Amino acid sequence: MVLPIVLLGIYSFKPADSYGGVEPGFSIEAWVQLFFDRDLDDTLIFEPVYLQIIWRSIVLATIGTTLSFLIGFPVAWYIVQQSPGTRNILLLLITIPFWTNLLIRVFSWILILGKNGMVEQPLLAMGLIDESLELMYGNLAIGLGLIYSYIPLMILPIYASLEKLDFGLIEAAHDLYANRRTVIRCIVVPLCAPGIIAGCILVFVLSLGDFISPSVLGGGKKMMLSNLIQFQFSSARNWPFGGALTMLLLMIVAFGSYFYIRASRKSADLED
Amino acid sequence: MASNIGRSSIDNKRGKISWLKLWTGVFFIYLYGPIAVLIGYSFNDNRIAQVWTGFSTKWYIKAFTNENIQNAIINSLIVATVATICATVFATMAALALSKGRFRGQTLSLGIISLPLLVPEIATAVATLSFYAAIKFPLGLMSIIVAHIVFCIPFAFMPIRARLAGMDETMQEAGRDLYANDAQVLWYIVLPQLKPGIFAGAILAFIISVDDFIISLMVAGAGATTLPLYIYGMIRLGVSPEINAVSTVLFLISVTLVGTYWFISKQNEGVNYAH
Repeated sequence: MVLPIVLLGIYSFKPADSYGGVEPGFSIEAWVQLFFDRDLDDTLIFEPVYLQIIWRSIVLATIGTTLSFLIGFPVAWYIVQQSPGTRNILLLLITIPFWTNLLIRVFSWILILGKNGMVEQPLLAMGLIDESLELMYGNLAIGLGLIYSYIPLMILPIYASLEKLDFGLIEAAHDLYANRRTVIRCIVVPLCAPGIIAGCILVFVLSLGDFISPSVLGGGKKMMLSNLIQFQFSSARNWPFGGALTMLLLMIVAFGSYFYIRASRKSADLED
Repeated sequence: MASNIGRSSIDNKRGKISWLKLWTGVFFIYLYGPIAVLIGYSFNDNRIAQVWTGFSTKWYIKAFTNENIQNAIINSLIVATVATICATVFATMAALALSKGRFRGQTLSLGIISLPLLVPEIATAVATLSFYAAIKFPLGLMSIIVAHIVFCIPFAFMPIRARLAGMDETMQEAGRDLYANDAQVLWYIVLPQLKPGIFAGAILAFIISVDDFIISLMVAGAGATTLPLYIYGMIRLGVSPEINAVSTVLFLISVTLVGTYWFISKQNEGVNYAH
C-alpha cells in the first residue's frame, strides 16, 4: 500500500512515455504542466485550465461540506433527543446508504434531475416551463451529488460527540438566562468540536477525491480532480502528470488530517 | 438521565422540537427518495424509463437473461468471495499479532493497515495501477482481486479488533493452566470467541468489494468486467429500465448484508454487557 504511493511520487518526476508509462530519467515536466503550457518554440505560457479544475474541486468540496454540516447538524441533534430504541433505528437508516453502492445512489439522481425527470415532468405538464431546465451536467448537480453521497459521514461523528454532551450544562445555561444562540455558541459548538471537525474533514476529503458525482452527474464536461487523474491514466496516457496530480490530492488530504489531529488533541487537552 | 433533562428543557419550547422533527423527516425523504424512485421505475412497463405506463417485471427478466450481465455478476462474486476470504484471514492474523503485547512499530503497522481508509480511492486506484505496471503484473480478474484484498483488509480488521479488545482473557489463562499449548488456546478458546467479530468483518469486506467501482475501473483488464463497471457502462449510454432493475437488485443485496452486520454487532454488544 505504501510502496505504490511512493512509486507514484517517483513517477511524477519522470518523463512521459507516449505509450502510457514512464521512461527512466528525471524531469519536472509533469509539475510544470500543472501551471504552464509549452508553446511551439518551448516558451512557457501560463495555462490556468488545470488550476481551474483543481480550484473547482476545492470550491465544490468546501460548499458541499458547509451545506452538509448545516443540513446534518439539526438531524444529529434531533436523533440524540430520541429514546435509545428510536435512536438505533434512525442511526441504522443513516448508515445504510453509506454501505450501499455509491454509483447507484448517484445515478438515481439522474431520474430526478435529468431531462423529463421527476422535477421537470410536473413543471412541464403544468406549463410553468417550456423547455428543459438543464439541471444536470453542471456544478449544481455535482454539488448535490456530493452532499448526497457523503452526508452520513457528517452526521455520524457529530452524533457521537452530541451523545456524550452533558445536557445538564444546557439546562444550567438556560437558568443563567443564556438565550438559545448563546447556548449553541458557548456550549454546544465548543464541546462538539471534535465531532464537527471530524465530520467536516471526512466529507471534505471524500468530496475532493470524488469521482462518481462529477462523471455521472457532471456528464464528464465539468471535471474534478479525480476525473482529471483518471483521464491522465487512461485516455491521455500521461502517467507522470497524473502522478503529480495524485500527489497534490494526497498533500491536501494529509494537510487536512494533520489539521484534524491537531484540533482534536487541543480539545482533548481542554477536557483534561 | 442527562438526556432526559435535555429533553424536558427543549420540550418547553414546543415550536423548536417540531421544526427539528420536520427537518429530520425531510432529510430522510431526501436520503431515500431517489432510491425509492429508482426502485419504482424498475417496475415500469415503458421502454422510456421515466414515463410510467404500468407495472411489469419484464426488465428484471430481460436484465438477468442478458449474458453480459450474468458474466459481470459472476465476476463480481468471484472477486468478492476470494477477496473477502483472503482479507479476513489476513485481518484476523494482524489483529491477533497486534494484540500480543507491545512491539516496535506497532503504531506504524496500525497506521499502514488503516491507510486505505484515509487515502482517496482514486489515489489508491492509480497507485495500484502504477505498481502493477512496474512489476509487469498482467491486468485481468486477478489484478482486481489482489487490489480488493488490500483495501478490504481495514474493513475486516476493525470489527475483529474491536471484538478482541473486549474479550475476557481469563479463559485463555485457564486454558494454559490446563496445559493447553498456544495453538490449542488459539483454536479452542480465542477463535470461537472471536467468531462474531470475524463474521462481521467478512460481511463488511464483502460489501466493500461488491460495491467497489473506482479501483476496479482502473485495474480491470479486458474482459474482467464486474457488476458496478457494467452498470457504469450502461449509465454512460443513457438511462434505461434495465439499469434500474440491476441497480435495485444490487441495492437490496447491500441492504441485506448491512442488516445482517447490524444484527451481529448488536448481539456482540449484548455479549459484552453480559460479562
